[in-house]
Amino acid sequence: MERSQMYRQLANVRKALFDQGFLDEQFVQLEELQDDANPNFVEEIVTLFYRDSIRLIQNIELALEKSPLDFTKLDSCMHQFKGSTTSIGAKKVKNECTQFREYCKAGNGEGCKRTYQQLKKEYAVLKKKLEAYFQLARQIGPVDGACRPK
Amino acid sequence: MNFGVQGEKSMSMPSSSASWKCGDGVSDHFPVGLRVLVVDDDPTCLMILEKMLRNCLYEVTKCNRAEIALSLLRENKNGFDIVISDVHMPDMDGFKLLEHVGLEMDLPVIMMSADDSKSVVMKGVTHGACDYLIKPVRIEALRNIWQHVVRKRKHEWKDLEQSGSIEDGDREQKPSEDADFSSSANEGSWRNSKRRKDEEDQAEERDDSSTLKKPRVVWSVELHQQFVAAVNQLGIDKAVPKKILELMNVPGLTRENVASHLQKYRLYLRRLSGVSQHPGGLNNSFMGPPETPFGSISSLNGLDLQAFAAAGQLPAQSLATLEAAALGRSTTKSGISMPFMDQRNLFSFENPKLRFRDSQQPQLGNNNKQMNLLHGIPTNMEPKQLANLHQSAQSSFRGMNMQPNSNPHGSQSSSLLMQMSQPPSRPQMFNDINRNHLSRLPSSIAQPTLPSGMGSGVLARHGMVENARGAIYNSASQASTMVDFSINQNTDLPGNGFQLANNAGGQMPTVTSKGLLQEEVNSEMKGSRGFAHSYDIFSELQQHKSQDWGLPNVGLTFDASQHSNMRSGLDVPPSVLVQQGFSSNQSNVQNRSTPFGKAIFLAAEESGCGNGLNIGQQLDTLLAGNSLRVKAESLPEASCQNTLFHEQYSQEDLMSALLKQQEGVGPASNEFGFDGYALDNLPV
Repeated sequence: MERSQMYRQLANVRKALFDQGFLDEQFVQLEELQDDANPNFVEEIVTLFYRDSIRLIQNIELALEKSPLDFTKLDSCMHQFKGSTTSIGAKKVKNECTQFREYCKAGNGEGCKRTYQQLKKEYAVLKKKLEAYFQLARQIGPVDGACRPK
Repeated sequence: MNFGVQGEKSMSMPSSSASWKCGDGVSDHFPVGLRVLVVDDDPTCLMILEKMLRNCLYEVTKCNRAEIALSLLRENKNGFDIVISDVHMPDMDGFKLLEHVGLEMDLPVIMMSADDSKSVVMKGVTHGACDYLIKPVRIEALRNIWQHVVRKRKHEWKDLEQSGSIEDGDREQKPSEDADFSSSANEGSWRNSKRRKDEEDQAEERDDSSTLKKPRVVWSVELHQQFVAAVNQLGIDKAVPKKILELMNVPGLTRENVASHLQKYRLYLRRLSGVSQHPGGLNNSFMGPPETPFGSISSLNGLDLQAFAAAGQLPAQSLATLEAAALGRSTTKSGISMPFMDQRNLFSFENPKLRFRDSQQPQLGNNNKQMNLLHGIPTNMEPKQLANLHQSAQSSFRGMNMQPNSNPHGSQSSSLLMQMSQPPSRPQMFNDINRNHLSRLPSSIAQPTLPSGMGSGVLARHGMVENARGAIYNSASQASTMVDFSINQNTDLPGNGFQLANNAGGQMPTVTSKGLLQEEVNSEMKGSRGFAHSYDIFSELQQHKSQDWGLPNVGLTFDASQHSNMRSGLDVPPSVLVQQGFSSNQSNVQNRSTPFGKAIFLAAEESGCGNGLNIGQQLDTLLAGNSLRVKAESLPEASCQNTLFHEQYSQEDLMSALLKQQEGVGPASNEFGFDGYALDNLPV
């Protein structure tokens, strides 16, 4: 059936996200929170994350443009951003954050900048993947995905 | 305790705390309905936490700003059972929030952070967090948070039980209730904790159901005052609950109550000393003999204040008001309204204390000496003056700080001042201290020999307080509220000024505090945040100081511009405040503001560097509670203030003002006798 095929497809996509390291256990926690009262909880959270993290990313970017670099501030900005990414289970992005903070501690400006570019990439890639995933999920069941995320 | 127990259990115990223990035992629904307040600046985390907590069937309130959380908590004293807060937040450090909550509301607080480094976790422990969760938080971790609530309650009950003097009625009930508890979800732990408690206390004592009914002991301002006095008397090192209890002689208070309170107190002190660079100085300093080299002011502030309060007769209300004000809670303009002061405002002064941490001056010593600290300064300030001083709690703080700085001269003064600034039960303390000190202050001021110059400062302060008060009244803002409090109190604990500063949200407090701060800051610029504000105000005063103590001048002096170098975190331009006060010249307090400002400056000047910081700290602490965040990070250059001060307000002026006050503390509007700067022997 179409629907069951879609379900399967959805499951595969989801599995790939985990297998490829884009998502981790925390994402599962979010999924577990989803229920009838909040049928699109995960999507809402992810949307909220991407919306809110824009400013955090901007903060980091601005801080990286300063010269000389203020590693304390960079670290603090990154700490905030990292907290967010961790909460949605964005594994790869989180790893980049960790790396970034290491460079901050070491005072390695170049390392920070490099890592930041990497981070932005991962951040964008994950966003696309999740968008596709949620779109698929919504297609599958109007019942399930009745509420559109804001 | 308003546990939110769902329902059906008939609450046989009328009092809140008994909610769980109703006759049929703890509600089986517990912890369903546990009222949680979760604070996190990250909206994603916040939303996730909220959902998780809801899934645990808790009643969740989420908040993304610590200040909002605090006001929520303050408004609903019993509206929450537990607080969960993130460590890193932009508007307020999570640990600070933790302390506030612990002191004011005595609720269990759980800290959270993605940071799992040992040092941060340790910080949580030392600040009194009952748990520390590492992010990302899993729902399983949240399911068990109710245990902290239970644990805390149990401790409270235990304390109550111990007293044994309370109704002996339903002793039997208790055991049965305990049994009920046991049967509830946490049975094992309940029993164990109960056992433990039993062993600790005299076994027979427990039992009375009254304790169950009884809500935890509320450490009111007076009570805390007494406590601090007792502790000071015994010496912090020797202060054991039993002796403290004896000294306090409060019927119905149990050794356990005292013990747990003491523990908190010690924690606070430790924190203060930890922060201040004076290891152990704090604790000892204010408890110890006056000679103690200015122990950390912070400790002194809070503790001394208490001591002072105890020593003096600060009306609880005043202190409470002050505290309330300081904590940004000035409730009513009118009078002493101690919004939350009554409750566990026990360590509310901690904020100030914390602030002072940085500039802990070893001058704590002499806390116990009340007014006489001002070496040989015959304080003839009348109570009224004291009351005025009360207003400028800030100034008092300054006094405190100042003293430490000027310690070399006489720890006494400093201790005196310091004590004043410590407002454990702020309003009260202030009042009491003020009285005592005030009387002495005048003399001290007048004496050039004031050891630490504080004397003058102190006096000045007091005088200022009055003025400040007046000014405060005038200012419509919250500040005025604060002032009102102080005025009403008639205890003018200098420390009160402290509160003013805090509360200020309004301007007044800042004004005074500013003034204070500035002076002090100059010297040390340690970053007494709150102070900066006050300093600003004062500096302005200085600048404009027209010898004429009349209001009009005073008001003008607060020229915000003056503070250009000062960091006045306060938004309220001193000038605004002052002016208000001055506008009416008639009213009592307006005049005061001038003197107040002066006093503050004086004090600041006198104290030299260190003091500024202390005060700043104090104010800071006070302010911390408030939304009014006086950010006195960078104290203005000392030089500028000092200069200004000297030039503008001669000490004589201040002194005269103060003396004047002494003479006629009457209700007259110009108590300070602006009319005549008769102070001729004001030590400069």
